[in-house]
Amino acid sequence: MSDQPAVLVDALVMRYADKVAVDSLSLTVEPHTITAVLGPNGAGKTTTLETCEGYRRPQQGTVRVLGLDPVRDRRQLLPRIGVMLQSGGAWGGVRAVEMLRHVSRLHAHPVDVDLLVERLGLGDCGRTTYRRLSGGQQQRLGLAMAIVGRPELVFVDEPTAGLDPAVRRDVWELLEELRTDGVTVVLTTHYMDEAERLADRVHILDKGTLVASGSPLELTRGGSVATIRLVVTQPFPPGSPDSLAVELGPGTEVRQLDAVSLLVTGPADASTLAKVSRWCEHHGVLPESLTLGQRNLEDVFLELTASAQPSAQPEVSA
Amino acid sequence: MSTFAPAPGAAPVARQVLTQASMEARLMLRNGEQLLLAVVVPVMVLIGGVRGAERVNLSYGVDTFAPGVLALAVMSTSFTALAISTGFERRYGVIKRLGTSPLSRTGLLCGKVLALLAVEALQVVVIGAVALALGWEPSVDAVGALLTLVLGTSAFASLGLFVAGALRAEATLAAANLVYLLLMAGGAVVLPATAYGSFGDVVTWLPSGALGEAVRAALGAASVPWHDLLVLAGWTAVGAALTARTFTWE
Repeated sequence: MSDQPAVLVDALVMRYADKVAVDSLSLTVEPHTITAVLGPNGAGKTTTLETCEGYRRPQQGTVRVLGLDPVRDRRQLLPRIGVMLQSGGAWGGVRAVEMLRHVSRLHAHPVDVDLLVERLGLGDCGRTTYRRLSGGQQQRLGLAMAIVGRPELVFVDEPTAGLDPAVRRDVWELLEELRTDGVTVVLTTHYMDEAERLADRVHILDKGTLVASGSPLELTRGGSVATIRLVVTQPFPPGSPDSLAVELGPGTEVRQLDAVSLLVTGPADASTLAKVSRWCEHHGVLPESLTLGQRNLEDVFLELTASAQPSAQPEVSA
Repeated sequence: MSTFAPAPGAAPVARQVLTQASMEARLMLRNGEQLLLAVVVPVMVLIGGVRGAERVNLSYGVDTFAPGVLALAVMSTSFTALAISTGFERRYGVIKRLGTSPLSRTGLLCGKVLALLAVEALQVVVIGAVALALGWEPSVDAVGALLTLVLGTSAFASLGLFVAGALRAEATLAAANLVYLLLMAGGAVVLPATAYGSFGDVVTWLPSGALGEAVRAALGAASVPWHDLLVLAGWTAVGAALTARTFTWE
């Protein structure tokens, strides 16, 4: 194995009509890691992934996957990568296991289909036709189809969307096992806990550009940044985050997360807590909860992707 | 070796194509509506045509209807069934998904053609058996029959793929069925072009008329219908050119 990056994206530009979807994006994925690509809807994640998968030709810039050009060297590259689409990808009338077996037969050394069926809990619905599978079952079948060919690199697009918590954990364990066995995993997700738990490296995209990269630990500065999360019963009065910031003074930062919650970053000591309570009292605000904690990946993500928006009230997507 | 240790590689191309072909043929035969179109409708047309013609003293017997119904069966599979299944494959991302598998586009097309030929073989067996039971006495030119099957399939398949690639899935479903019904009634498939009066000269230039006349010549007059085969080859070229210009895989 050489130490070239598994994925290299260099100054990639992709436009649709007059809209720029990816704007001079550069990033790398190291081999044998799990790398998460995060970003709000429309950040350019899927466009970037689909360019790596060879579905789209780079309009400007360079993309290399396992050292190959995904468009020019497509036939060489395809057997070496696995792709999980966000949805679809199977005939409506095909049975779940039949579909998986079909994909396995297109490969030279597939993973044992029965084993994969068991690992992903698809045994109960093995004879169910694809159109009658639940969303979660379709998801798991999609993941199974992506890895059945023993690829070196898999691209998984939101692998646990719509899964119940137990199955989510199974999928996480499977992705970790892939990494242990030497497979490189690139995943997109909307769940920050998923990225924090799984990813060796996180790339955060916003509006087609890379706004941050690093390990979850680096991005959250090792959890050394303390936070106070305030949730109130009624929407905050106008001018709230600013008046609280004045009250707290320098060294702290106040960000409103939505109509009824805000996040204070800075020293979470008794004095700060007292100031927050006093501010609530002065403004007739009734706290529903006041939580001390460390800045997590979700906070970092919201800061980075919200600060790029001109509006003062950041939107929080679920 | 650990469970997921990378060992990438494509299966041999022949295995890929056979896998794809057997999957597509199975899906086609499992689908109730497609089976209706492929076997039940042609057999009904055959029995109904022969018995009906006897009752009203029409000059056409089983020797006319059997080749005509076989031509109808080829048209229903290679045009209507293929267009509808391909339309929905595009809609449900099947073609997109297979686009990242080791199966190449050429492999996918070969798989589709093999699946069509397999289903058509089944149709020929069933319809042929019913026709023989009704007293059909075919007079076969094997080369002519084989060329007709291949060129008829490729002409209608290229037109079917054009429709599937140009329209949305629902529109493909409607258009493919409508064209099938129109050609069955007025396209000189089941009944010979001579039954259409002065319109008969025009209709032999349609893919349906050419296919119908070709099957009648190859299975009824033991001859190779060069003119009709040439017309079918022309439609194949037209369909392939249109498909190549318009087809998108998503």
